[in-house]
Amino acid sequence: MSSTTETAHAPSGHAHDAHHWHEDPEAHLAHHFDTPQQQFDSGKLGIWLFLVTEILFFSGLFCAYTIYRSYHPEVFVYASKFLDTNMGFINTLVLIFSSLTAAWAVRNAQLNQKKALVINIVLTVACACAFMCIKYVEYSHKAHWGLLPGDAYTFNAPGVESPVTQDHPDPTVGMSRPDNIHIFFGIYFFMTGLHGFHVLAGIIVWLWLLKRAMKGEFNAKYFGPIDYAALYWHIVDLIWIYLFPLLYLIH
Amino acid sequence: MSNTAHADAHGGHGTHGLAHVASVPSLLGTFGLLVLLTFVTVWVAKHPLGAIDIWVAMGIATVKATAVGLYFMHLRHDSGFNRLVFLGSFLFVFIFIGFAMMDRGQYDPTIQWQEALPKFQPAK
Repeated sequence: MSSTTETAHAPSGHAHDAHHWHEDPEAHLAHHFDTPQQQFDSGKLGIWLFLVTEILFFSGLFCAYTIYRSYHPEVFVYASKFLDTNMGFINTLVLIFSSLTAAWAVRNAQLNQKKALVINIVLTVACACAFMCIKYVEYSHKAHWGLLPGDAYTFNAPGVESPVTQDHPDPTVGMSRPDNIHIFFGIYFFMTGLHGFHVLAGIIVWLWLLKRAMKGEFNAKYFGPIDYAALYWHIVDLIWIYLFPLLYLIH
Repeated sequence: MSNTAHADAHGGHGTHGLAHVASVPSLLGTFGLLVLLTFVTVWVAKHPLGAIDIWVAMGIATVKATAVGLYFMHLRHDSGFNRLVFLGSFLFVFIFIGFAMMDRGQYDPTIQWQEALPKFQPAK
């Protein structure tokens, strides 16, 4: 517990630290903080509080999902067959990989590995773009079949009583189409849509950080922004980890 | 606030003293576990288990989420206060959805009765 003082050249949280952090350009210390540690911890608490609001924000949609599914499980079983499990599966892997590169980027910044940091941010952005492209293909299939939410719902999917499935034998054969399956698609579009907006926001944040990383702004004394963006990115991944089985893998 | 936890995690070799640095094996191990569990969850979905289906799927998702939280998000090495703040949000989600479901249960007879009525046809 007393080893803090031994890490003499590490940015310390002690206000009586002899180092003049405000004169150290690498530390990027804002004038209202005493030490890089204080600046980092404040930012970290801030991003955690933001992530809490994100969890509560998404929980409204998870609540809607739970209530509608508990009333009409057959609607969910039937309608989810119109989703493409393979694409959802690939997107899950893409997001997990981007979470790895985001977590690795934090390590790179902490260890002053500036080139690897840039590479990992580029990989993260590339995966985020791949995710959005796959989502676009999925959404266009749904639009083509008239499965959009609200007034845009026109249902003209092929094989009404035995919907098209790409990857497994249809367990709903012989099951007649329940009423109001548009409810499922409304929930699907709002949940994945809100998630998709978060991916887009993540792309913008990562591109901004990429620009800064290429200028060499991040180092062992200042990597907060990379850490905070990665935490946000992991939350986006975490929500998808629940969305995938809840929307695509129902039977 | 969390200096002691960070310093302990490093054992004093700190050129990177602000926070815990995730090791390469922990990053790759977490990634491997997440990929494996994604395959498991798809496999399980193809083998219907009946009523416990949803709980198995949510259980696997929660193991994945825990791995992301502990290792990718560094919660294992973060300060107790940050952990409390983040995990506290799940308590409120539980209360939110739990109370909403209790309310839904109370209205069940009304809904059953309504659904027995002739169907309402929306104007085209």
